[in-house]
Amino acid sequence: MVTIAEPIAKPASRFRFILDRRDVLGAIFVAPAILYVLLLVGVPLLLAMYYSVSAYTIYDPSWSFVGLANFEQIMENPDFLRTLTNTFVFTFGSQFLGLILGKFGALLLLRPFPGRKIVRALIILPWAVPVALATVAWQWMFDSLYSVINWTMIALGIISRSEAPNWLGNPQLAMLCVIVINAWRFFPFAIVIFLAGITAVPQDVIDAATVDGAGFWRRNYQIIVPMILPIVTIGLIFGIVFTFTDLSIVFLMTMGGPVGATSVLGFEGFQVGIVSGDVSHGAAISLFMLPVLFVVVILMLRFIRRREI
Amino acid sequence: MAAVLTRDIVKKFGEVSAVNGISLTVPDGEFMVLLGPSGCGKTTFLRIICGLEKQTSGDLLIGGGVVNDIPPRARGVAMMFQSYGLYPHYSVRKNIAFPLRTQRVPNAEVERKVEWASQLLGIGHLLDRRPRQLSGGERQRVALARALVREPTALLLDEPLSNLDAKLRASARLEIKAFQQRVGVTTIYVTHDQVEAMGMGDRIAVIDHGRVCQVGTPTEIYDDPADRFVATFVGTPPMNLVARNGGYLGFRPENFLPKDMIDDGEAFTEFSFRVDRSEYLGSERIVYGTIEGFDPNQVITAKLPPAHVAEESIRPGEWHPYAVRNSALRHFNKDGKRASR
Repeated sequence: MVTIAEPIAKPASRFRFILDRRDVLGAIFVAPAILYVLLLVGVPLLLAMYYSVSAYTIYDPSWSFVGLANFEQIMENPDFLRTLTNTFVFTFGSQFLGLILGKFGALLLLRPFPGRKIVRALIILPWAVPVALATVAWQWMFDSLYSVINWTMIALGIISRSEAPNWLGNPQLAMLCVIVINAWRFFPFAIVIFLAGITAVPQDVIDAATVDGAGFWRRNYQIIVPMILPIVTIGLIFGIVFTFTDLSIVFLMTMGGPVGATSVLGFEGFQVGIVSGDVSHGAAISLFMLPVLFVVVILMLRFIRRREI
Repeated sequence: MAAVLTRDIVKKFGEVSAVNGISLTVPDGEFMVLLGPSGCGKTTFLRIICGLEKQTSGDLLIGGGVVNDIPPRARGVAMMFQSYGLYPHYSVRKNIAFPLRTQRVPNAEVERKVEWASQLLGIGHLLDRRPRQLSGGERQRVALARALVREPTALLLDEPLSNLDAKLRASARLEIKAFQQRVGVTTIYVTHDQVEAMGMGDRIAVIDHGRVCQVGTPTEIYDDPADRFVATFVGTPPMNLVARNGGYLGFRPENFLPKDMIDDGEAFTEFSFRVDRSEYLGSERIVYGTIEGFDPNQVITAKLPPAHVAEESIRPGEWHPYAVRNSALRHFNKDGKRASR
């Protein structure tokens, strides 16, 4: 008789094929990421939560528990409410502006023109340039004496030298400045998101709309924009979270000034908690972002799920 | 409803020309099929008619007027796309209503028309669903309803059945045809599937390399092909073509029969046929082989009715007397064009 198969040799040990098991292999691959998040996000978060309910300062590092007293104190401070309002204005203002710039940029970059690839690469620059470097450039543009914007407007005869705006000295203009700078930083990201979304819309759908009688505006705002809304919302969530927690532009540009007109939560938390050393109040201010962002993100994710197509 | 007429339409993409001078007349209410292999320019031609592409030269007339420079939205034609192009974020109702909304039709009228179109296609119960909740066949009906709802001057269909499975395709074929006859809209239907073309078209335009090879009824296309391309593109298996006297002789496989099966006294031409292989397909038998006196590498096919074929006339490896009635022979000259009979 012909032997068809030799009996399979017994496995040397029960761990020999351990890496062939999906559950084991998966756990091994995921472990570094989980460890990273736990150590670098989880631990600081828990620490901040603890600080916010303690009386901890760098001068008196006692861990005494004070309940919600820190939160009560910051809520009673009118400066804090102003900071909170500023944060919303800063975040939503710059996101709105960034999205509009992004949509127009994407539409322009969709059309073929000579040098499109170079422009596509260059347009990423505001996003890629270190924020400190970019802000220094903007600082000169908004400088009270050497503002190139003012010089241009004076040279064009739009304004006279005496009525040249003091960009960073006027509370409203200062807020406008930081919004513009942040929108400028955000819009390349918005372009990328819009480009990805628009290219993903099937050509057949756009053609069908054209034949069905839709012109440019109707195609854009009744077909394309609603179809890419989920992906744009995801981009917006990133933008909002990053802007809401950001302090770099305010820190580099205005230091929260003039008189607190551009102070935002991240900056205020840093000032109180680190610069002034009042760690417990700083932690309370920073933690204030958590429920706000939580609600915003949940609302937006629910919106996406409802829009899902 | 209107007639569609094209005069010498040319479309070039850079150096490549996709459409090479097509002149075609589609009378009011006709079901015209554009049949050709993929890449022959038929879809480009359709896109020119609806205005998604602009022709490099030539004239396009819809309903008697030249519409060369009229944008798609003003041409009044409707088009149904291969993948239907339904708006995924709209319900079926809104999808069907969209072409009316763009024309600023009053609400009551929109509702009435949507009702009419959805009844016509039997999709009244689907109006509140989204396209992704529909099956392939249902999507196709929605696309058709959307195309028809504003009573277009002409209906353009770009391979509308290619996304359906074989069984559904057969029933959808009947449905579209019946429906077109009921509505009476001028229809231009693009396909590469000859079964669809033969079964549905009032007339067929066979297109190759951006040119019309022949326009005719399905019978004319099949029985009297204008050139070698039409002869071999239409028919499964295609027409046999053998070189003879500096030209070509063509005959359909079903006309190539064992000699003793031709017993009606008609004149015939006899060939000696060596059978290599035969396939039994239930309703027919396809026999492959070569014929004496011609290129020994050229495979000749015969399509026989299995019930009437004697076993000995298809035995492989042997020479058998076969024949074609002279009335079924087609002659082509050396350029491949049909020679006079």
